[in-house]
Amino acid sequence: MADISLRKVAKSYGKTSVVEALDLDIHSGEFIVVLGPSGCGKSTLLRMIAGLEEISGGEIAIEDRVVDRLEPRERGCAMVFQNYALYPHMTVADNIGYSLKVAGVPKAERRARIEKVAATLALDTLLDRRPAQLSGGQRQRVAMGRAMIREPKVFLFDEPLSNLDAKLRVQMRIEIRKLHNRLAATSIFVTHDQVEAMTLADRIVVMNAGKVEQVGTPLDLWNRPASRFVAGFVGSPPMNLVEATIAADGAGVLADGTRIDLPEHRLARDAAVIVGVRAEDVRIGPAVNDPRLVLGVEFIERLGSASLVHGRLAGADFVVTAPPALAEGAPEGLALTLPVDRLHLFDAVDGRRIETDASSVEALPIAFETVAAPAL
Amino acid sequence: MIERTPILNTITHVVLFVGFLASITPFVVVAIAASHDLVAVNLVPMPMLPGGHFWENLHTAWTTADLGPKLVNSFIFAGGVAAGKVLISAITAFAIVFFRFPGRQAIFWAIFITLMLPLEVRIVPTYAVAADVFEPYRTILDVTGLNGLIESIAGVRLDLKFGLLNSYAGLILPLVATATGTFLYRQFFLTIPDELVEAAKMDGAGPIRFFVDVLLPLSRNNVAALATIMFLWAWNQYLWPLLVTTEPSHATAVTELKQLIPNVGGIPEWNIAMAGTLIVMTPTLVVVVAMQRWFVRGLISTEK
Ligand SMILES: Nc1ncnc2c1ncn2[C@@H]1O[C@H](COP(=O)(O)OP(=O)(O)OP(=O)(O)O)[C@@H](O)[C@H]1O
Ligand SMILES: [Mg+2]
Repeated sequence: MADISLRKVAKSYGKTSVVEALDLDIHSGEFIVVLGPSGCGKSTLLRMIAGLEEISGGEIAIEDRVVDRLEPRERGCAMVFQNYALYPHMTVADNIGYSLKVAGVPKAERRARIEKVAATLALDTLLDRRPAQLSGGQRQRVAMGRAMIREPKVFLFDEPLSNLDAKLRVQMRIEIRKLHNRLAATSIFVTHDQVEAMTLADRIVVMNAGKVEQVGTPLDLWNRPASRFVAGFVGSPPMNLVEATIAADGAGVLADGTRIDLPEHRLARDAAVIVGVRAEDVRIGPAVNDPRLVLGVEFIERLGSASLVHGRLAGADFVVTAPPALAEGAPEGLALTLPVDRLHLFDAVDGRRIETDASSVEALPIAFETVAAPAL
Repeated sequence: MIERTPILNTITHVVLFVGFLASITPFVVVAIAASHDLVAVNLVPMPMLPGGHFWENLHTAWTTADLGPKLVNSFIFAGGVAAGKVLISAITAFAIVFFRFPGRQAIFWAIFITLMLPLEVRIVPTYAVAADVFEPYRTILDVTGLNGLIESIAGVRLDLKFGLLNSYAGLILPLVATATGTFLYRQFFLTIPDELVEAAKMDGAGPIRFFVDVLLPLSRNNVAALATIMFLWAWNQYLWPLLVTTEPSHATAVTELKQLIPNVGGIPEWNIAMAGTLIVMTPTLVVVVAMQRWFVRGLISTEK
């Protein structure tokens, strides 16, 4: 368990800056997911915390101790690598116990601790195998065991699930979260998969091109994306983003001249904005006002529980979630309504979120009763 | 891969067989010659069926050339060279691949360039150094005038002398450095994923631990391949042992073979010479057969 704080941490290779003046505070016991597209500097950030990469500027502190000049082993972090990086010539037991061996832990104690960790990860029957004799999921668990056995203050995961098939990935995701709940060590998990991020994280750090776009809980990111980038990155399908200009009466005018009502804002006339709306927030059916908003349908993805209708609206790609039944009659044009209270506005130039009165509307409150869980 | 190419198969087998014949024939001739007596071996043409004097000839060759101690010398020499080369090339490649230090590339190329300077080319300076190890340093001291300085301060003249002629060290050390070995290891070390190095770092292993616990076990096929090649190479060295050993006590089996080669005008005991050759050849054959499995693996691929 450890507080980690990054102060103006930067990394550059020669002239190319990979991470720029990054500030981040991580509370002890928290599960942080760093989310971002490929090449945005996620691994670099993680490796700087681990001490595998020197920082070019700023300061990293773990538990109030500045660790910039410490060797990886002195930082109290354990890491799970994307390709697991198991020692190919050692058995599972030796792989898991290697750090203890290096630390000079006596053999008997080592054995006991290896067995304990192996039991947690259901590896007990595989202890004498070599990594080459294991399946991908088993290797992944060995890599986890190797990190766990040191009882580290901080767990670092660099896309540990990306080499697994879809089903195993979901399963390991749940295992990792359970493990975290049990061990309560601070965890930093890097991924470019937003579903992984949403399901695992206490808080998500969205990165883009070496900068932090937003830090927040999964629901924060969902309900109030801080920038156009976050809006387009989080969620599947991603939020629809349509360009508009502000008319004299405050309404939005799309590229094809269609007017839409916008939430209350303080934008000047002719200001360029991006209007964002999630596929599932769009209402199918005409609105009262004229001219109507019509989606030119291009194709339909049938997911079973719902259908995603892809098409173009005022020159931009647009997706709408429709009931599965709609998919059968596949219309060419679909009349839509954009609910005013579900619209997000972003500055067309810098992409930052523009606060509106709709911004204060959080997820619709749902009344529910708390019921004690049945005893197992 | 499944292929149906009967014609190609036949051709490849013929080529293989021709190659096999070409390489086995000299051995067969040597073995047959070693089994004849003095008269038969000097017939023209030599009878191509084995004679009955094989063991007798082996015994004569063994005692005449005093091969027992010579073979021991050869083992020490070839073993020392092989071990030294494996160790030195592993360590140099380790430094070059896993550490970032100024001049790294320059040093690598300097090592690489020595490939162009085989022993035969630099034999005179090598001999000079072996005969008098400190000569280069003495020269430096003299030329720079440091020696005069030391003399005037300490009142003694530095006169270091240390020769390596007629010693195992003299036989082995000049042959131990090897660009080929460094290169082989370098190629292998480059295939080690960075993540493995980093995992070891996270596990708290320092460079030496990593070298011993991870790199060496992973490169054991390379060790076997390099050790085998270098053992054979050293075993068959002729020029250097001939130069550096002037006394029979340190001579190797290969150089001592010349004792058995008939002089012009002497008795043409080719049967004895061939018997001696067989004896000297046998250990290398044994090594190749014993190491073959590892050796081939080490040269063709890394472990999966
Ligand atoms: N040694 C290096 N020299 C120069 N640039 C580098 C070096 N290592 C990484 N980079 C650059 O730094 C950027 C960030 O790399 P990083 O590995 O952190 O990306 P990532 O977010 O982890 O991506 P991915 O999801 O693909 O793993 C990349 O654009 C990469 O090209
Ligand atoms: Mg990465």
